[in-house]
Amino acid sequence: MRDKQIEDLKDYKYGFSTDIENFKAPKGLNEDVIKFISNIKKEPKWLLEWRLKAFERLKVLKEPDWQKPKYPKIDYQDLYYYSAPKSFKDKPKSLDELDPKLLETYQKLGIPLNEQKRLNGIAVDAVFDSVSVATTFKETLTKQGIIFCSISEAVQKHPELVKKYLGTVIPLTDHFFATLNSAVFTDGSFVYIPPGVRCPMELSTYFRINASDTGQFERTLIIADKGSYVSYLEGCTAPMRDENQLHAANVELIALDDAEIKYSTVQNWYPGDKDGKGGIYNFVTKRGLCKGKNSKISWTQVETGSAITWKYPSCILKGDNSIGEFYSIAITNNHQKADTGTKMIHLGKNTKSKIISKGISAGFSDMTYRGLVDISPKATNSNNFTQCDSLLMGNKCGAHTVPYIKNKNSDSNIAHEATTSKISEEQLHYCQQRGLNPEEAVGLIVNGFCKEVLQQLPMEFAVEAQKLVGISLEGSVG
Amino acid sequence: MEEQLKIDFEKKLKDFSYSDQEKKFKETNFKEFLKNGFPNRKLENWKFSDLNQIIKNNIGELTFYNDYKKENQIDKIELISELEHNKIIIVDGKIEKIDFKFEDKDKIDVLVEQSEETIKENINSLINLNNAFSNKFCKIIIKKNYSLKKPLIIYHSTNKNTQSKNTNSRIDFKLEENACLRLIDIFKDNSEKNFLNIYYNFELDKSSILKNYKIDKAINNNVKYSYNNVKQEANSISETFILSSGSKFFKNEINCDLQGQHSSAFVNGIFDLDDENHHEIKSNINHLVENTKSYQLVKSVLEKKSKAVYQGKIFVSSEAQKTDGYQLSNAILLSENSEFNAKPELEIYADDVKCSHGSSSGSLDENSIFYLMSRGLNYKEAKKLLINGFLLDVIEKITDEEIKNLIKDLLGVKQ
Repeated sequence: MRDKQIEDLKDYKYGFSTDIENFKAPKGLNEDVIKFISNIKKEPKWLLEWRLKAFERLKVLKEPDWQKPKYPKIDYQDLYYYSAPKSFKDKPKSLDELDPKLLETYQKLGIPLNEQKRLNGIAVDAVFDSVSVATTFKETLTKQGIIFCSISEAVQKHPELVKKYLGTVIPLTDHFFATLNSAVFTDGSFVYIPPGVRCPMELSTYFRINASDTGQFERTLIIADKGSYVSYLEGCTAPMRDENQLHAANVELIALDDAEIKYSTVQNWYPGDKDGKGGIYNFVTKRGLCKGKNSKISWTQVETGSAITWKYPSCILKGDNSIGEFYSIAITNNHQKADTGTKMIHLGKNTKSKIISKGISAGFSDMTYRGLVDISPKATNSNNFTQCDSLLMGNKCGAHTVPYIKNKNSDSNIAHEATTSKISEEQLHYCQQRGLNPEEAVGLIVNGFCKEVLQQLPMEFAVEAQKLVGISLEGSVG
Repeated sequence: MEEQLKIDFEKKLKDFSYSDQEKKFKETNFKEFLKNGFPNRKLENWKFSDLNQIIKNNIGELTFYNDYKKENQIDKIELISELEHNKIIIVDGKIEKIDFKFEDKDKIDVLVEQSEETIKENINSLINLNNAFSNKFCKIIIKKNYSLKKPLIIYHSTNKNTQSKNTNSRIDFKLEENACLRLIDIFKDNSEKNFLNIYYNFELDKSSILKNYKIDKAINNNVKYSYNNVKQEANSISETFILSSGSKFFKNEINCDLQGQHSSAFVNGIFDLDDENHHEIKSNINHLVENTKSYQLVKSVLEKKSKAVYQGKIFVSSEAQKTDGYQLSNAILLSENSEFNAKPELEIYADDVKCSHGSSSGSLDENSIFYLMSRGLNYKEAKKLLINGFLLDVIEKITDEEIKNLIKDLLGVKQ
């Protein structure tokens, strides 16, 4: 019996947790907890007030319930809203000062900070639970005037930037989970690219949820000033837990005139076991604002983890000639559920958007593409192209497409296509005839199906993502 | 409005002698409607068309009592002369005339239905309203192997002095094995600012064929809602065509349950809208068993401040392998202020299926206009020619030649 349990645990490669004693805020959601978080982070008064305002608003908001995947009611008073490794009370100055146990965790995850720093040339801002562990490659970036740090640090060092942009894309009065985040967010990344600077490397954050019962409330703010460019990577793995863990992050992107932001995500959080027990609730609000003329925001996501994924990375195309893109692969297996898609809101003239979504569902899972394309009366000469394809494996799973298309401008064009199908017997036969086993054959075909999106990922991610696609579908054939 | 509803409902119960069963049925439906009221945009299905608001803006206060004892004048209604047909005439929700003069009387049964004891399906609040206020509804049964010689035209009309009124009508149809019915709905409005609520139930037995053509062409200021509930057995075919054009507001809802193998459903529609008209087609095609097929095509041409909405849903249950579902909507926006909203939805639980949808909207192709104008047409002619061609696609899908020609005449479309 015990052997079997261990065997089951092995299924999830990253299912372990480090036993660093956690430093937690008292359980529950109230003004005191918010004050506690604000106090411990030594935040200025305006931010505390901002948080409390969000909390006031939260009291009247109701949890949305229109989504396809339903989940048991979350008791928001039974969660910890702040937890940080205790040995972290005084922040380390360099990597050497880090808790060895913490470093070990990253080793197991395959992100050796020191190694990665040298080999990949990626600046890694690793988040362990809710506090930034270390921010690397700062010097190279500082030289160019790029600010890449945790948001708490940015609040201290660059309050004018944070104050100017925080909450401008996702306002306090937004939906329930976004407002919850505004009230209790703990940490996250802050990026500012000064005018005319092309960020020399891919910025990356690895998330990792630890400590049971802790909802993680990340807040990311990326600002690309006039004529700048940045590519940001986000990737995550979480340890195995029985209780469902809530993750409600907010990500805000702002692109000014001629700026471009590319945001890529590979999400591989714990999806729960084969019977659908446990797993992360991934309720994230991601929104980008193309504020300036000729700006561009591009979202790429590979969603393979989480028990429930519920997110719509969106673009508000406000500046004239701005461009929004969304590339997505979502894979659900076993009892996973996903309700994901995008919103493209065309406000400026000559704005363009493109949506490519590939959904694959297997086992008992359920997948929904939900998207909005809204062309306002003033957005003359705008264009949208949407393609969403779904692949079903087995007749116990579901694949749904729910696009909302609103065209209020006669000079604009919208085209939408969607198909649902399965892997054809001929394709499988062809691959197997050439010596692949069924699982490999499916992997190959699925990778081909997703190719359009995988191509959009930066090199380092593309390899990882391709592997993930294969791993996620293990056991779904035959 | 609630006050008015209660007064009118009480008056209705008092004036008509209903059996206990009917009374109970009407009361439950009435309560259900009071609870939910007219649908508004908070409901997913009504997101693009807030009926509550539309009624407020276009009609104001509605009254609900209709005196069904009173005879309505029907000789003033202009009938279709191009086509020999059977007819049913409905005025203010009351069936005034049923005339199957071209048919074999033994093959068609017309029953005045008792109300059901309970609400079988709680579809939406408008159906509750219909059940609560409609006159006795009738059920038409087409007997086994009988195919109607001439089409049946249902005229929906209002009395000259009927205003700010809600009228409700309901007809149930049963097509027995191998029966065939061609049904045309035509709207003849004699007054304005009314809310017409029409509810049809269709039961299609094995191998039966239903063709329903809804023609809303005459310009009028009424608000209309029509719900078709179609249940299909094996090998049956249903074809629905909607020409949505004349009314201020019109929402056509089609619910089709494909519950027998090799049954198929076709829904085709044209929105030809002008002024501030706001029309919607909502389809729900439920593939419940193996080997079923559905096809939907909706095209829109939108002028001035008009608004068209198409919500098409294909549902495939996990048993419904080998389903073939297709859905396409195209819209041409001719004015800066026109608006097209679409929500083509797929909900699929079976893997061996072929389902796809497409939707596009945009302006007239300038290149095509240029091409035609370089060959001597003026702008207006070129535009008309292109739109005709665009709409002809849908009209050509009509399988009945006689009716196809009638609709072509009505639209002024030439081959």
